Amino acid sequence: MRTLLELLRISRLPRARVAASVALGALAVLSGVGLMAFAGYLISRSAERPPVLSLTVVIVAVRFFGLARPLARYCERLTSHDLAFRLLAHMRVAFFAMLEPLVPARLEGYRRGDLLARMVGDVDALQNLFLRGLTPPLVALLSGAVAVAVCAAYLPAAGLVLAAGLLAGGVAVPVVAALAGRRYGARQAGARGELTVELVELLRGAPELVVLGADGAALARVAALDAELTRLARGEALAAGLVEGLGVAVVGLTVAGVLAVCIAAIAAGTLDRVLVATLALLAMASFEAVAPLPAAALRLQATLAAGRRLLALAGREPAVTDPARPAPRPAGSEAALEHVGFAYGGDESWDLSAVDLRLTPGHRVALVGRSGAGKSTVAALLVRFLDPGEGRAALGGVDLRALCQRDVRSRITLDAQDAYLFSTTIRENVRLARPEASDAEIEQALQRARVWEWIGSLPDGLDTFVGEEGASVSGGERRRIALARTFLGGAPVLVLDEPTGHLDPETAADLIGDALRAVDSRSVLLITHRPEGLDLVDEVITLRRGRIVSVQAAQRRPAPA
Amino acid sequence: MKTLDPRLLRTTRGARRALAADVALGLLATVALLAQATLFAYAVSQAFAGRALASVAAALGLLAALAVARGLLACAFESTGRRAAAGIMSQLRLALVERRLADSPTAADGAESGEVATAAVQGVDALETYFARYLPQLVLAVLVPLAVLAWTVAVDPTSALIMALTLPLIPLFMWLIGRYTQGRTRARWRALARLSNHFLDVMRGLATLRAFNRGEVQAERIAAVSEEYRRTTMQTLRVAFVSGAVLDLAATLATALVAVTLGLRLVDGAVTLRAALTVLLLTPELYVPLRALALQFHASADGLAAAERILDLIDAPLTATAGGASPPATWQSVGLDGVCLANPGRPGRVLDGVALGIRRGEVVALVGRSGSGKTTLAALLLGLRRPDAGRVTVDGIDLAGLDVAAWRRQVSWVPQHPTLFHGSVAHNIALGIDGATGPRIERAARLAGADEFVRELPRGYDTTIGEGGRSLSAGQTRRIALARALVRDAPLLILDEPTADLDAESAAVVAAAIGEARQGRAVLVIEHLPALARLADRVVRLADGKATVERGAATA
Repeated sequence: MRTLLELLRISRLPRARVAASVALGALAVLSGVGLMAFAGYLISRSAERPPVLSLTVVIVAVRFFGLARPLARYCERLTSHDLAFRLLAHMRVAFFAMLEPLVPARLEGYRRGDLLARMVGDVDALQNLFLRGLTPPLVALLSGAVAVAVCAAYLPAAGLVLAAGLLAGGVAVPVVAALAGRRYGARQAGARGELTVELVELLRGAPELVVLGADGAALARVAALDAELTRLARGEALAAGLVEGLGVAVVGLTVAGVLAVCIAAIAAGTLDRVLVATLALLAMASFEAVAPLPAAALRLQATLAAGRRLLALAGREPAVTDPARPAPRPAGSEAALEHVGFAYGGDESWDLSAVDLRLTPGHRVALVGRSGAGKSTVAALLVRFLDPGEGRAALGGVDLRALCQRDVRSRITLDAQDAYLFSTTIRENVRLARPEASDAEIEQALQRARVWEWIGSLPDGLDTFVGEEGASVSGGERRRIALARTFLGGAPVLVLDEPTGHLDPETAADLIGDALRAVDSRSVLLITHRPEGLDLVDEVITLRRGRIVSVQAAQRRPAPA
Repeated sequence: MKTLDPRLLRTTRGARRALAADVALGLLATVALLAQATLFAYAVSQAFAGRALASVAAALGLLAALAVARGLLACAFESTGRRAAAGIMSQLRLALVERRLADSPTAADGAESGEVATAAVQGVDALETYFARYLPQLVLAVLVPLAVLAWTVAVDPTSALIMALTLPLIPLFMWLIGRYTQGRTRARWRALARLSNHFLDVMRGLATLRAFNRGEVQAERIAAVSEEYRRTTMQTLRVAFVSGAVLDLAATLATALVAVTLGLRLVDGAVTLRAALTVLLLTPELYVPLRALALQFHASADGLAAAERILDLIDAPLTATAGGASPPATWQSVGLDGVCLANPGRPGRVLDGVALGIRRGEVVALVGRSGSGKTTLAALLLGLRRPDAGRVTVDGIDLAGLDVAAWRRQVSWVPQHPTLFHGSVAHNIALGIDGATGPRIERAARLAGADEFVRELPRGYDTTIGEGGRSLSAGQTRRIALARALVRDAPLLILDEPTADLDAESAAVVAAAIGEARQGRAVLVIEHLPALARLADRVVRLADGKATVERGAATA
């Protein structure tokens, strides 16, 4: 319930639209009820052979409801879907705003594809909150109440029977569905998730499994998980059948009940015989109001689970926050770490300790060390993705914590190891660093990253799509496009984290040479575990297990022309 | 639109049984429906004629019993469909996985394996809707209207004529609308898919956005793209919902038409109240199953497309040989002999007449630019791919004639992008070896330079790694993979860039390990590192599909 209220608060649904959608839904249901009730009345009345003219009003009513029902249904579907998409847009923006400050430090595990995809799926699932979770009960309440009231006006006993039937179909059956959903749904989602992980792993590693002869064992594991999932699915199938069957039985029993009280009322003289078929058919048709509720109960549960996961995520404390009153931008651009210590897991063991590093303008420093030595943590501290546990990170002599994050990152740019290319054109990917940049400037940046020639060879040039859905780009080209983006940004301090990560040495040496030649007078921190480019810097700092073990001044060799 | 792929019925036992059960239960449900309508009309007309409650009590009791019976049938119908779907999904999923393991022709292509995973999980899920909903509904959509029409003919032929006249309008309208919308919606769905993926794309690149100060601005962009998504989707839905509305309209108008006609004929005394009520109750039932079927239309199309994709993958011809003679255990040399190979979708041959031989005790370093075919060459030796022309040989015997599983027991391999599987470090190193002892695993790890960092992990060799476990750096992953290769006592060792992501110190450890491993083994190293090149007896360069010996004697 708390989750629902919190989600509704975030969603800020436009009330007028919600009301319109619910009203249209009720109108569609009641038109169906009206059609059957008036048709029943028409036939019963006609059996008494009255003058045809006296039937005109009833005939018009039957025709009216016959036309109104599909029209109302069509409009209702459009308004409710429109509303769901509006809600989706709003939820995406709202959760983006909540999650954005958490990246990258607080969503470390979420960089991997599947977790992130699930999170995005959770946000998208929230559109069901309204469409399938909220509207159906409201529509059912409104149209059910009207149907019961009309029925009771003619024969209170019939109204009572109908009310009982609608409550059984609209409350009891959905509760059964929700209980079954809780019993199977969560376990099934868990089993499905496990199977997916195992399957993806197996398929991705298939060549290794096959070559190493471990495929049989892996297949057996997948088969066992699959059997468990299938068992749960079969259980759920039975539960779904039960819900469906109960729904059908409730309608039939209610109609039989209404018929019984109506027939009894005729004998007692409290009901006109013409109304028997009318009320029975009215009762039968009014169950359309509660028909979607069992599914809605299940959907609402799933949606709330997604909402709970998201709210838990969004509730995390950001690793860094802007100060209430940020200091003015510092005059100088010297970036420094001063006796910095940092621990990922609280403070029992330092992942970085006593790290000193100074990047004076034009200075080039290489930070080397094994993987896991803490090099990327240094990069994160310099651009203030993280705050040091002790000591301070500074820009122009001002503690980064006193500055606005925006001001820090406009001076110090990180070209991360996993720099991302978005699913858009090369032009837009590079322009990201400076949206107001002209095509000429973009071209210049790409030239400096020495990838312009390759782009020229592409049929679509700068407009070539890259990224997840775009053309395949080799690792070297990907890194160079990312580098061009960094150059275009124009920050005076560049942190290049493993720019040659997955490249072969020849490509790597070319790239490092190109990169360091292109940065001209800016200061650079080159983070690398490889020898390429170490002859192009002024200083080489070696990091081992979070401590600086050596600082060597290097003779910068002029880059080869 | 195709409604059922005959291959599905052929391949899956469950599909045929499910279809039969659906038909049987559907028939019973239809009979119950007709009986209910008839009894209802009977009870009302009796009451109308002034009979007391007691005299219709039996009919009412029967009506209640029928309600329960219909409930039971609905329960059976729903759960049968779903149970069948669960079984069929499991069967297809396992068949697909087995097929991929039996033969993964594009082993080097990571994107493809991702696509297969998607097909195996999401594609199979799309099938659930198809089997649990669409197929049963299809059965009902055929049975119920026919039964209702037949019964109405018996009760009141005039009304049956009206129904029979309105009924064909539905498929006609559907066909017209379908023709009109199909081309347009397909293009639109593609555009929609792109728009809907935008949010995922943004979230994936969020760290990059923040590094460039574009995080906050992006919220506006998300709002704009989502708005565009809403607008485009609504355009599509406005048309897509018309088909549903037409069905609704046909159903309600036919009901109104039948009711009014019946009323007028009742006034004339041309029809009895009982017949009229029966027909009135049955008229909406004529359209209900069609309407429900239309709702499943898209789901069925998705499910069928997924099914076809999965069946295509399962039915793809096998390239690897099953069976064949075992390779000689004491073979002395492996080689490539005039091997040519083209990669699908790329022009030209990646290997064009390559000859290369490696003897036991020999280390051959393979160098060349990215994309020159080094990894492809390794896949040939591993039996993961087969040459278009030329032969891969073991002691001069063509590998194509040998039992590939037996051959692979003689091979150890560190792929270019090693995979860690969910499980302990020890489990990952001993992959594919039954009963590997702790000391043997640790010795391999020491050789690979992994022992030191593994011991620093919270639970040492028992630490869970892989998906959902502790994440290791690229360099650590590579060293685990190297230990995995070294722990096997295989006479052919293929190392694809074993020192990528490693620092100089670790790379030296790897070079020493290779030096030790060469005893009695043939070693192929795809690597540029000078230390490794020094170790090699020969350095072979791949360029433009040809192999040339850079250093050492050519002993192909």
